[in-house]
Amino acid sequence: MTELHEYQPTVSRAYIALAWLWVGIPFAYGFYELLIKVTQLFKTG
Amino acid sequence: MPPAALSIHLSIGAAYSWSVFKKPLEGSLHVSGTLSALPFTVGIVMLGLSAAVFGTWVDRNGPRAAMFVAMCCFCGGWLVGSAGLATHQYWLVLLGYGLLGGIGWGIGYISPVSTLMKWFPDKPGMATGLAIMGFGGGALIASPWSTAMLGAFGIAKTFLVHGIVYAVFMSLGWLLVRVPRDDWKPHGWTPAPGSLVSVGQVSANNAIKTPQFWLLWVVLCFNVTAGIGILEKASPIYQDFFPGGVAAALAAAAAGYVALLSLSNMLGRIGWSSLSDVIGRKNAYRLYLGVGALLYLTITLMQNSNKVVFLIATMLILSFYGAGFATVPAYLRDLFGTYEVGAIHGRLLTAWSAAGILGPIIVNAIADSEKAAGKSGPSLYTLSFSIMIALLIVGLVCNELIKPVNDKWHEPSDSVEDFDDVEVVEEAAR
Repeated sequence: MTELHEYQPTVSRAYIALAWLWVGIPFAYGFYELLIKVTQLFKTG
Repeated sequence: MPPAALSIHLSIGAAYSWSVFKKPLEGSLHVSGTLSALPFTVGIVMLGLSAAVFGTWVDRNGPRAAMFVAMCCFCGGWLVGSAGLATHQYWLVLLGYGLLGGIGWGIGYISPVSTLMKWFPDKPGMATGLAIMGFGGGALIASPWSTAMLGAFGIAKTFLVHGIVYAVFMSLGWLLVRVPRDDWKPHGWTPAPGSLVSVGQVSANNAIKTPQFWLLWVVLCFNVTAGIGILEKASPIYQDFFPGGVAAALAAAAAGYVALLSLSNMLGRIGWSSLSDVIGRKNAYRLYLGVGALLYLTITLMQNSNKVVFLIATMLILSFYGAGFATVPAYLRDLFGTYEVGAIHGRLLTAWSAAGILGPIIVNAIADSEKAAGKSGPSLYTLSFSIMIALLIVGLVCNELIKPVNDKWHEPSDSVEDFDDVEVVEEAAR
């Protein structure tokens, strides 16, 4: 497989934003679930 | 590039959510607890081995090919495991999830590292910290998602769905990843090499002949061991330090404590690793190891007299544990250059495998023997925490002994095809 070599961005900002959302949404979901668990320490601890 | 790296690391980070599959696996295939843990153990061993063995291949073929192969192995592992579960063949689960999936973890883990450092030569700690934080974040996503899937589909179909969904998710990585041109450097950036920053490039085969590699191996191994000292038994440690109250409430609080440590581990990866770009890699490890030892000393002496101090100390220890993983690629780049840093990183990850054996043995064996001797509460951990302090001090000494790599190990400039930031470092050195 060939690697693309580039100096200037060739991908539009919209695609870059979409890529960040692609990884950001699942990450935010996991982070939210984690925070819910963390609150148990302060509710009952 | 960061979303591409994150799509790979967030996926393979699901490795750490294996515990949610243990009980369903035991129920489905009627296997013991030991056998249900084996696919994860095999996977971790394969992670270290494949990172070490295929590191050079990853550097030679680039991140796109590596990410593609990692996706095929990782997702293929889920699919083969699913077939094993559907046909009640345990060995297929072991072969798929453990062996094939483990190779995917190893290749996937190192695949974006050197490319990230080439794109961000001014902030290599932040760049790799972001990706390696994703590895920690992968379990955060996978645990609740897998639990929901298991409830809806059963374990065989859950494996199948995971294989398909992760293949789609990871495709962003190999489709999006780009390698910068050899002469790329950030706009307006002038490198200011520190005392350890290499002006030459060292091959992976030569790197393992240098004392710097093995000193760093010990540093990583003991830093990880110290983190595992808390992480391995976080829930029982919390319940032994702060017993009392209703059992269910105590278990819930302990679960919250484990989650708090996961959060610290994850934030440490991006936070301290980014700080290392400012203070330098050697100073960063002085912080992780030196302050880590002092924090272990604090909880050993104070025991359970102050809960807030205990929480802050253990959170910081776990943040240093994560930071140790995240900062080490940049430390390797400083010492050996970017020529084969992926391969060198892969070989260094055997320290992780060693710590994965050493840490649990120290903590579990000592806690069990102390309990057999009639001890209880925080005193169960006094000896094991003292050993962790000693290991951290040894790690600190090893870090102090790390000096710039001797010129004799540097590659001749005409044999280094990929010397992107050598030029700028050499320029600054002049």
